[in-house]
Parts: sequence; structure tokens; C-alpha cells
Amino acid sequence: MAEIHVESVRKTFGKVKAVWDVDLTVHDREFVVLLGPSGCGKTTLLRCIAGLEQVDQGRVFIGQRDVTDLPPRRRQIAMVFQNYAVFPHLTVFENVAFGLRMQHRPKDEIKKRVQSAAELLHIENLLDRYPSQLSGGQRQRVAVARAIAVDSLVLLMDEPLSNLDALLRLEMRAELKRLLREIEATTLYVTHDQVEALSLGDRIAVMRDGQILQYDTPLNVYDKPADLFIGGFIGNPPMNFLDGEVRTEDGRLIVRTGGGEIYPPPEASAVLSRLKEPSVLVGIRAENIETLSAPAEDALQATVLVVEPLGSHNLITMQLGPEQIKVNTDADFQAQPGQTIWLRLNTDKIRWIDKASGRALDYDVSPQS
Amino acid sequence: MNLKRFNWEPYLLLLPSALYLVFFLAWPMFQAFGLAFQADDGHLTLDYMQRMFSDVMFSAALINTVKLIIAIVPLQFILALVMALLMMERLRGSDILVYIYSIPLAISDLAAGIIWFSIFTQRGYLNSLLYGLGVLDKPFLFLNYQSNWPFAAIVLAEVWRATSIVFVILVAGLQSIPRDYAEAAEVFGANWFTRVWRVTLPLLRPSIQTALILRTILAVQMFAVVVAIAGRGMTVLANEAYRWYSEYRSPHLAATYAMFILVISLGTAFIYLRALRVKEEMVL
Ligand SMILES: Nc1ncnc2c1ncn2[C@@H]1O[C@H](COP(=O)(O)OP(=O)(O)OP(=O)(O)O)[C@@H](O)[C@H]1O
Ligand SMILES: [Mg+2]
Repeated sequence: MAEIHVESVRKTFGKVKAVWDVDLTVHDREFVVLLGPSGCGKTTLLRCIAGLEQVDQGRVFIGQRDVTDLPPRRRQIAMVFQNYAVFPHLTVFENVAFGLRMQHRPKDEIKKRVQSAAELLHIENLLDRYPSQLSGGQRQRVAVARAIAVDSLVLLMDEPLSNLDALLRLEMRAELKRLLREIEATTLYVTHDQVEALSLGDRIAVMRDGQILQYDTPLNVYDKPADLFIGGFIGNPPMNFLDGEVRTEDGRLIVRTGGGEIYPPPEASAVLSRLKEPSVLVGIRAENIETLSAPAEDALQATVLVVEPLGSHNLITMQLGPEQIKVNTDADFQAQPGQTIWLRLNTDKIRWIDKASGRALDYDVSPQS
Repeated sequence: MNLKRFNWEPYLLLLPSALYLVFFLAWPMFQAFGLAFQADDGHLTLDYMQRMFSDVMFSAALINTVKLIIAIVPLQFILALVMALLMMERLRGSDILVYIYSIPLAISDLAAGIIWFSIFTQRGYLNSLLYGLGVLDKPFLFLNYQSNWPFAAIVLAEVWRATSIVFVILVAGLQSIPRDYAEAAEVFGANWFTRVWRVTLPLLRPSIQTALILRTILAVQMFAVVVAIAGRGMTVLANEAYRWYSEYRSPHLAATYAMFILVISLGTAFIYLRALRVKEEMVL
């Protein structure tokens, strides 16, 4: 296995900037997820690394070797395609053996490797079948088996689970995670499903409009989104954002929102006080808000609008001043629409976002390696 | 509520083409069948068939037809395949190729025969050119019936005229194969040749089948190009059918030849269907 290193890569299609000045390093044996909304350039970046697209600018390295000008077959990569692309005219065995046959491996080695890849993916009893005789999930396994059967330096996957139904996707997700830990492959995995990204990745690179906005661990991407877009894109429900104005009252820095005043913790106050414009967005996740049935000094008064019981917890939409806010509560929390409730925001978990730029205040350039 | 009403609509829509097929294909075919196996007084007979087989021109016509098919069809197929694969590589300007390759499609076979006749004839373009270049000091008789030149000229004319139909079918087939397969082959180490051989061609099988059947059947019926270029110097099956009808005024023998051509056509189609059969399980 080896590392992937991408240096200021650009790829345009006519006027569309599909990938724009992207730098990315995937360490040896690391599992990195490329996450972003549809059309943000994830597939294009992956295809640039695979060599299926020629980059306009920049370099691509795989295992220290500059592969920018090499065709795909010389890059020692394996890939799982979004619609699998298992060859319909070949049996499962021949599909899995395809890469090995191209390398002219001896017969018994091919047999052994196909067998072990098939066992890892639990398809050893399907080897004589043709893809048309398989279910979607089984085809998907064949595609993965074909990719891990060869000695590749890196494994590239483009939304490998997106064509499966929800239940199967959940099952395959866990299985992929086990499998990839087992074979310790350097993996770059594309998805637009944030849950998949959070659950699979060692690190997540969040993309938008051809650029990587944040590259960090799943926990940090979730808890400390670099900007407004990421906070709104990741998490279900998305992060709440309240309009706020920074003020100083009685020598103390406060943030005034439509629903009431918020008292930032000391470190945040320091950053907030350096703001040129006093407008900020207060970003807070639904689970970092506590509900109280009685007023308290640091709690904001809100009105219940909608209660959605979700089994493990309730999702409650409230009116907080002029804005709506979503709050998670215990499953046994009782509330009626119209009822008044007090909310206590966990101020340590608040993301303070510069309203003008949309960037989080404490977020300096994301670590790219 | 579960009663299904019989749905007439599809049959209604099929009716015009069904009528067309019955009146213009099935009925004449049936009549030809009658002409070939029924004497004028109405009783069934194998006389016409015997006369056809024992006719002096029959074996020459059959051999020439088969020779032409063997010379033309593989050549056309390989040419068309190479052109189609080139086209799919999306090299710059390759879109124009479709139009260039398709021009001969618009020309009737008789016209094509005449064009090539005017190239190869004694005072034709080829002789003028070679004479003008000083290669020849007097015109060469290309279309001499004793030589192989008429045969070569017919092959050339047919290749020029009808390769594009094979090309169009193959391009359509290639375009219907998702790009993913070729890309997967590339990623997993196949070079261009292996990719075409191991992935593209197997997936193209249905189109190859169609193209070959169509081409061979049309070649079995070849007529106008041969007449235009070789005149009476060379005969093929369709030529004999025409001769018996127009010169010897024997619709019976003409129909017998037509039946024979039909049987050969059906036979070839059947052989291709078996040889290039696509197993059901190999289709996604
Ligand atoms: N071959 C192409 N020709 C022209 N434009 C393209 C081509 N491929 C991609 N694009 C454009 O480049 C941009 C990025 O596309 P890309 O396929 O990389 O997005 P993506 O992030 O993979 O989206 P999705 O999640 O929908 O798969 C899009 O605007 C798309 O329209
Ligand atoms: Mg994509």
C-alpha cells in the first residue's frame, strides 16, 4: 500500500470548474472519505487520481511516484465503480480474476487469490454465476472483490453503496469497514451521504464547488465545522444558526440574538472581541441544547412548534424569537405545540461564525496532511 | 374489478406493418413458392428445380456468389470495426468521420456499380490517371473477363458502397455499451488491444450478429453492381434469376432461383445466430 498525494490539481469541463486547486494527502493505510453535495467534483477528483481524466494542472502522486502522465493501467490502482461495472459476459470468477489475468499471473495463484477475495466478501459459492444472475448487493460484492484481488497501491471507490436499498446499505457499510480494516488498504472513498462518511472515514474531506473546505476527523468535522455550509450539510438535523450581534454590556461581552442573550465562554469572548463587524452566526447542534420546563437565568424562552418522535429521541422544532431552532430531547420528553419551554445552549459547543465570510471564527486553514 | 379487458391497442398499432408484410412480402413469397414448385397445369413438380441445378450457368453463379461473399463480408466487417473503434476513441475531428463514411449509403447500388465501372473501364478514370502519370503507355483492359480484375472491381465497389451500413450498426452498438466497462478494464490493467478483445467485442456481439446477417444476406442477393461492372462476363445467383425471367421468359425458373437465394439467406442467418449466440445470462 502507499500514500496518495494530490497537488494543486485543476480540472475544468468547458466553463465548469469541476476541481479547482485541490491539495490532498491520504496517508498509507488511511481511509479518507470525499464528501460533498451532488456536482461538487468528487467523482472528477477521483477520476483524476485514477487517470480516467487528464488534469489541466497540478500533479498526482501515488506512493511517491508522479503518475500524472501515466495511463490508468500503469498507476497500480484498483477501483470500485458507482454502478459496479462488473463485466456481464464474464462469470464472477473471471470478473474477480480480471486484474490478475491482465498481470499474467500463474493459474494457481489466480485461483488462490480469487478464492480468498471471494471468501472475504462471502461470494465463494457464486463464482460460476454470471452478473445477471446476482442481486444488486451481490454484484456490489463482486466489484469490491475484483478490486481487492489485485495488488494495488490504493483503492478508489465512487459511491459504491449508493445503488443499494437502505437496509442493505447499512449492512454493507459495516462490512466494508471491517473488510478495509482487515486488508489495510489506502482508500479514497466518495460519497454524498454524510452518515456514510462519518461512520467510515478516518478523515473526511468536505468538498464544495470543486474545492476542499475542510479536511479533518469525522468528530471534528461534525463538532467543529469550518463554515456555515459544512455545519448545514453535515448532521441530521443540520446545525442551527442564529443571527447574533456582539455587544459589550457592563464590561462583559454578550451576543444578542432575536431569542435572547447568550454569554460566550472566555476563549470565545476573546475571539469575538477582535471581530471588526459585530455580526455573527451562533451555530449549535440540536443535541447541545437542553430543555427546561421552568425559566432559568441563562435559558432562552421558546415556543414548541412541532414534536417529531423518532424512537430513540424526539426532534422538536421551536420558535425562538424570530427564528426556528431544532432541538433533540429524550424520547420520553412530553410537549405540546404552543407550549412554552426554556432552552439552555451548551456554550462550549457553539460554533461562532463570521457572518460576512461564513467561516468559523477560530478556524484557521485546515490541516491538509 | 379484477377482470382484465383485452387490450387491442398494441395490435392496432402493429396492423399497418403487418398488412404491409403480408401483401408485399409474404404473399409474393408464397406466389414465388407456387411458381417454383407448380407446373402451369397446377400439379406439383420438381422439374424446375432439376433444370436449375443442371443448368450450365448455375454452378458458376453459385461459386461466384460464394466467392464474392467470402471476399467482401470479412473485409467489410474488419474495415467497419476499425472505423467504428477509431470513432469511439473520440479523437479530434472524429465526428466528421460518420458523415464521410455514410455518404455511400445514399447512393443506389446500380449507381455505385456505374461509378466503379467508369473508373475501371478502358477509357475510365484509372486508365487516364495511370496514363497521365506515365505508368502505362496504353490503356490497360481492367475489365477483361479472363482476368481477376472484374472480381476485384466488384469487391472494391461493394466495400466502398456498403461498409458504412456495417459501420453504422457497429457504432450504434458501441455507443450503447456503458463507458464504465472500458474504464474498468483500463483501471485493471488492460491495454487498448486487450480491452477491445476481452471486453468491447464480447459486449458488442448482438450488433456484430445483426451487421453480419444483414450484410451477408444483401451479398447473397448482389446484382446491380455485378451487372454494371462485369456485364455478361460474370454471373451471380440473382443475375440468373433475372435472366430467366427477362430473357428466357420463364417465371418458374426465376422463382426457383429466388427460392434458392431465400434458402441460402435463411441458412446464413441461422448459422450466424447459432455461432454468435449471446447466452441469456450474459446480458445484464
Ligand atoms: N464529462 C463531463 N463533461 C462536462 N462536465 C462534466 C463532466 N463530468 C463532470 N462534469 C461537471 O463537473 C462538475 C463536477 O462533477 P462530478 O461528477 O465530479 O460531481 P460529483 O461530486 O461526483 O457529483 P455526484 O455526487 O452527483 O456524483 C459538475 O458540474 C458536472 O456537471
Ligand atoms: Mg459522482
